[in-house]
Amino acid sequence: MSIIKTQDLTKIYVDHTVEVHALNGVTLDVAEREFTAVVGPSGSGKTTFLNIVGGLDNPSSGTVSIGDTDITDLKDNELIDFRLNNIGFVFQAYNLIPVLTAKENVEFIMLMQKKSKKERDSRVEELLVAVGLGDQMNKKPREMSGGQQQRVAVARALASKPKFVLADEPTANLDSKTAINLLEIMANLNKEEGITFIFSTHDQKVIDRARRIVTLEDGKIVSDVEQNV
Amino acid sequence: MILKISWRNVWRNKLRSGVVMTSIALGIWAGLAVMGLSVGLNDQRIDSSIKNTLSHIQIHHPEFLSDNNVAFYIENSKDISEFIAQSNTVAGFTNRMKINGMVASSAGGYGVNISGIQPESEKTVTELYTKIIDGKYFQDIKRNPVVISQRLAKKLKVKIRSKIVLTFQNDNGDIVAGAFRIAGIYKTVSSRYDDVNVFVDIEDVQKLLGGLGKIHEIAILLTNMDAVNPFKEELRGNYPDLTIRSWDEISPELGYANELMGTAILIFIGIIMLALAFGIINTMLMAVLERKRELGMLMSVGMNRLKVFTMIVVETIFLALMGGPLGLAFGYFTIQYFGTNGIDLSIVGEGMESFGVGMIVYTSMEAAKYAEVGIMVIITAILSSIYPAYKALKLNPAEAVRAI
Repeated sequence: MSIIKTQDLTKIYVDHTVEVHALNGVTLDVAEREFTAVVGPSGSGKTTFLNIVGGLDNPSSGTVSIGDTDITDLKDNELIDFRLNNIGFVFQAYNLIPVLTAKENVEFIMLMQKKSKKERDSRVEELLVAVGLGDQMNKKPREMSGGQQQRVAVARALASKPKFVLADEPTANLDSKTAINLLEIMANLNKEEGITFIFSTHDQKVIDRARRIVTLEDGKIVSDVEQNV
Repeated sequence: MILKISWRNVWRNKLRSGVVMTSIALGIWAGLAVMGLSVGLNDQRIDSSIKNTLSHIQIHHPEFLSDNNVAFYIENSKDISEFIAQSNTVAGFTNRMKINGMVASSAGGYGVNISGIQPESEKTVTELYTKIIDGKYFQDIKRNPVVISQRLAKKLKVKIRSKIVLTFQNDNGDIVAGAFRIAGIYKTVSSRYDDVNVFVDIEDVQKLLGGLGKIHEIAILLTNMDAVNPFKEELRGNYPDLTIRSWDEISPELGYANELMGTAILIFIGIIMLALAFGIINTMLMAVLERKRELGMLMSVGMNRLKVFTMIVVETIFLALMGGPLGLAFGYFTIQYFGTNGIDLSIVGEGMESFGVGMIVYTSMEAAKYAEVGIMVIITAILSSIYPAYKALKLNPAEAVRAI
């Protein structure tokens, strides 16, 4: 069943006086439980595509449906709420709140969702254990390695029980070993808990683990292949 | 959670937050210190005027004030005195004769205000008797004693027991003169006052004017300032034919000085708050720009604009709430300390005397003013946080999460 459906997405920027076609008619369906990598050279439109699918940017034309909701029709405040309850984000630079502990970083998403303390406590623990940080819950980001911080970011992305997780170059700042470890965690979450992951990446390790690889070039899908992992 | 994040963000860059808190504290301290000094100066000036000459309330014949003719006496002074004596808000009162005249010695002559006073009851109203620096207050001179200022004594080249002549017009406009001997030399904090005021026994003047019991002025000192207006109105109700004025009506420039001081303080506090506002805006703007990625993440994952805005405002309020009480406490202790021990401004003594206050100034401040300043700081902090918070709202989350 399709969870994300984009229809003829275009995005045109004006850089000074020059029009840049970042996306040029992208139509894509992503089904539940997919583990998909969006790849392509720099400037191919990967990040723009992820931003639009994540509701962080608007397309110049075309539609994005998440489940039954066309998010291009949503108002600003509705979109913020929609993101909170439906989309998880993992960023290249982790982007944790440095003044909060690992536990609090994961928990605050649920606080914004107004979840009860009991529910928050059990979910935070469950997630941090799942990413292998059950014993690091009270550490602040500066006391953790890059890999650990990115694992907290994954736990945070899952805290709201989103429909899918968008991960923008999640392994770009990590060494190979840590990157593989993180990918294993995400692959397990995908397999065992059925969480849909979409990555934008250059990293071959991510590409090797993805079951579907969508390649963008000049804002167009030039290939869309599935692979057995 | 917003409170927690804001609170911890305050301590994220301890040096920067410390600088802001210190500048808030210093700003408030400086503001309070200047306010305390200004209020103290003004209070002392008013107090000195009231205790040296004005008293709280004065009563005159209505035409005496416009004409200054010695013939305009208060007619029913005995009744009035009895009425005043009955009031429990009255600390003291005295009768005076007030005459414009000349004082002359062999060294020269000067125009002066001659006050015929009741030496004993005058003590209950003014502090002239405490200002005697040479000789005695209406003592040791049996006939026609006079008390003059040190400045006048220098100009007249006279000393204790020297003879001077006072000349003035009587009720008919005829010139009368009397020889007086200096019993005491006084010095107040006001050089302008000292230059023109001489004091004689009221009975000696009355004899020269040919009418014992006649008076021009009743001066009343009350137990407290709050009683002035009610008692003045009571007197006005009872004696509608007389002119009854309170200290600020007698000497409106004192009231104006009060207003002027109030305005000056307001401007000064405004400047401090403005400087404070720019300090806070600068710091919070830096904080917002430094945390672009974090703010971008918060907005990306679903923190709404109101919460982002609130987070920045609350962080600023925390800064103000920590710097503010510190400044208020420093200000309070400074005002208390110098309120007790005084600030020695003898370096500008001449100027202070012409302003009508002593060389030691005692700072003073109403308790309510501390609260006012505290509230102003909080309001300044909130207003100052609006622009940085607005800048945070204007961040594009998609770009901000990738900011370097």
